[in-house]
Amino acid sequence: MSHIDPETIHDVEGVGIHNIHRHDVVVVGAGLAALRAAVEASTEFDVAVISKVFPTRSHSGAAQGGIAASLANEEEDHWEWHMFDTVKGSDYLGDQDAIEILVKEAPVVVREFEHFGAPFSRTPDGRIAQRKFGGHTKDFGRGGPVLRACYAADRTGHVLLHTLYEVCIKNGVRFYPEFYALSLIIENDVCRGVVGWDVINGGIHVFHTKAVMFGTGGYGRVFRITSNALSSTGDGLSMVLRAGLPLEDLEFVQFHPTGLYQQGILVSEAARGEGGYLINDKGERFMERYAPDKLELAPRDLVSRSIQTEINEGRGIGGKGYVYIDLRHLGAEKIMTRLPQIHELAWKFLHVDCIKDPIPIQPTAHYSMGGIPTDKDGRVLEDGQSKPVAGFFAAGECACVSVHGANRLGTNSLLEASLFGRRAGKTMKQFLREQSDFPDLPAYAARLAIDEVERLLSSSGTESVAAIRGELQEKMMEKCGIFRDTSQLRSMMVDLQKLENRYQNIRIDDRSEKYNFDLLEAIELGHMLDFSEIIVAGALAREESRGAHSRTDFPERDDDKWLKHTLAWRKNGRITFDYKKVVITRFQPKERTY
Amino acid sequence: MAMLTFKINRYNPDDERRGHYMQEYTLDVQKGTTVLDCLNEIKWTKDGTVTFRRSCRSGICGSCAMTINGVNNLACEVQALALGSSTVTVEPLRGFPVIKDLVVVIDPLVRGLLAVNPYLITKTPPPTDQERFQSPQERARLDGLYECILCGACTSSCPSFWADKDYIGPHAFLKAYRFVADSRDEGAREHLEPLNDKHGLWRCHTIFNCVEACPKDLNPTKAISELKKEIVKESI
Repeated sequence: MSHIDPETIHDVEGVGIHNIHRHDVVVVGAGLAALRAAVEASTEFDVAVISKVFPTRSHSGAAQGGIAASLANEEEDHWEWHMFDTVKGSDYLGDQDAIEILVKEAPVVVREFEHFGAPFSRTPDGRIAQRKFGGHTKDFGRGGPVLRACYAADRTGHVLLHTLYEVCIKNGVRFYPEFYALSLIIENDVCRGVVGWDVINGGIHVFHTKAVMFGTGGYGRVFRITSNALSSTGDGLSMVLRAGLPLEDLEFVQFHPTGLYQQGILVSEAARGEGGYLINDKGERFMERYAPDKLELAPRDLVSRSIQTEINEGRGIGGKGYVYIDLRHLGAEKIMTRLPQIHELAWKFLHVDCIKDPIPIQPTAHYSMGGIPTDKDGRVLEDGQSKPVAGFFAAGECACVSVHGANRLGTNSLLEASLFGRRAGKTMKQFLREQSDFPDLPAYAARLAIDEVERLLSSSGTESVAAIRGELQEKMMEKCGIFRDTSQLRSMMVDLQKLENRYQNIRIDDRSEKYNFDLLEAIELGHMLDFSEIIVAGALAREESRGAHSRTDFPERDDDKWLKHTLAWRKNGRITFDYKKVVITRFQPKERTY
Repeated sequence: MAMLTFKINRYNPDDERRGHYMQEYTLDVQKGTTVLDCLNEIKWTKDGTVTFRRSCRSGICGSCAMTINGVNNLACEVQALALGSSTVTVEPLRGFPVIKDLVVVIDPLVRGLLAVNPYLITKTPPPTDQERFQSPQERARLDGLYECILCGACTSSCPSFWADKDYIGPHAFLKAYRFVADSRDEGAREHLEPLNDKHGLWRCHTIFNCVEACPKDLNPTKAISELKKEIVKESI
């Protein structure tokens, strides 16, 4: 095998390798999962974080409502109740061994955040304050909503993200901010590093490592209406696909019930947790018809479907595509202490003062339940089932453990990201203690990445990236959104093929290497097209309705045929499927009503 | 709906001879459209070379701080029509070196932040299986401090920073006070000592630009005056 010679790399003309960096661990991404893993691994090893945005710009910071843990600070609660709720919320597709870990370790992870310095809101006696959230209940669903979501006003994601960044600084984590990961280096089932692009200066950088950890986040940006950041383009998912590895359960896309109308910007579920109502054009609290028991605090899949049904049947406000969330009865004081950011967002983006007026909202693409298949310790699985890729780890929204199954409960994502990020960090430490040397770096390690950048920088076609992306977002919303059926999904597969073909004929305006977002947006679009095919093909194949995946032509859940995880590969443009058993331990699947 | 002219600062690092110049783009703008929406529209439909940072577009990530009609703000939080002028001038944050168009080097922000040991410092080990207790009143002292999104609007507006590139900066003072004011923190000296420096606290001339510039309505000047008292109290 020939190897890259670090002495000669600087002589390369054009888009060459600018530098090779060696770190024990390279974490890709800088949200909650990524930074929690970095905090853990950096107590013992040399850890670098590469992220396409400066760490505190990561989208975890936009999470608002809370992080779940059965601390029982405000009232009786038990991890068994939390487990039941998560399993039921997942529509029985979540793996119960992983969920048991999630709910049992949750109190440890949340208290650690407090020890790190996170400024949680407090109860009168000085403990971490907790609030209600959708789908979180007392006594195995028999009781009412439980106070389980630990919060810092409605800026919980913000404080947890900044706290982890601060601990990373303390631990001496090396940051490469505004470095964009282009491709994985995996050879003979061993991950040897990752290739990145220096966004500020331009240039290819090879990160040669013993362990790579992905915390690359979600992909809400393939939908027109989304709560996600402009940078939430799911790059990590297709990097994994392109490395010949599978993705799990990608057909399960969560639409959050309450996005600001036309903007999609998140209005936290805390708004309903604190007592907000959903109101249609007739002034009805329509959730009474869909979830008579839990009303607005039913899980997100159900509430989003209910809102969309109201809109589709003409009961949106003024017949338009939105309903109201009404907070007025909470009063100014509660709104300003518990939901100050909601008040600010509604005012700044819609000029609505939610103390005096209801807020127009519509469901918004929010979260990916599926992702890169991992085991319970964050190891990425080459076959999706049990065989790890040596040196490759993942956690957070980009990964699928699977704890969320077909539908995630609110406040379980901050928990899952930090908890499995932490576990992945611990696993990496164990792994690294047994690795004395860096694995060999193949000579062609950066070839794929260099080719991609060179091709795009010199692209001289006729198609615009923005136009293709706009059509993708529009069509995914229309044909692969809250409600799906065979003909729409088939037509989406055809659309995707056409968009792919057009993508081969794009042109970018900016040909420079320095801070070229035109280039990055073109690369991101390539990723979005790749994994969108997996979402749509998975949705077409799964002929049932479960959690967030709602097929109007197959309206029932079908446990006989479909109580299983989807695994999908994309090789030479063809998609192949395999399936994996759901782990069921304590709770047998039963009918899911709220 | 109105036609607006956007005058955007252009600078291409590969064309030093041309240097900085303003380029105009006209756009049909609807009610509710933010300046960031307009910049995206320009980039996506008119000129792909126009370059700016952006991410969350909901005012929490801090990427898109820039100078809009002379005022520092987040482009995603400013509605273009609400500016009330037919021309919208968009420039990079002042005081930082420009990388390209509206994108600036933020290393001085990070340097200032690192200087104040920006993390909770404790000597007493935390209780096992329990959070540290903090009363709601103690926690309330962090309101107005913990919300900072590190966008840099404050430090960019500060004349002391313009005069001294090594000035720690109001964003970092706010962060320092966020820890000094925290009932759980036992490292006041470690946060305060670096501020008692020629590039530190005493360079603040209470001009209040930082307060006006903060898109989150925070008050770094108040934090600075509290920190001055703490330095005296701790006799640093």
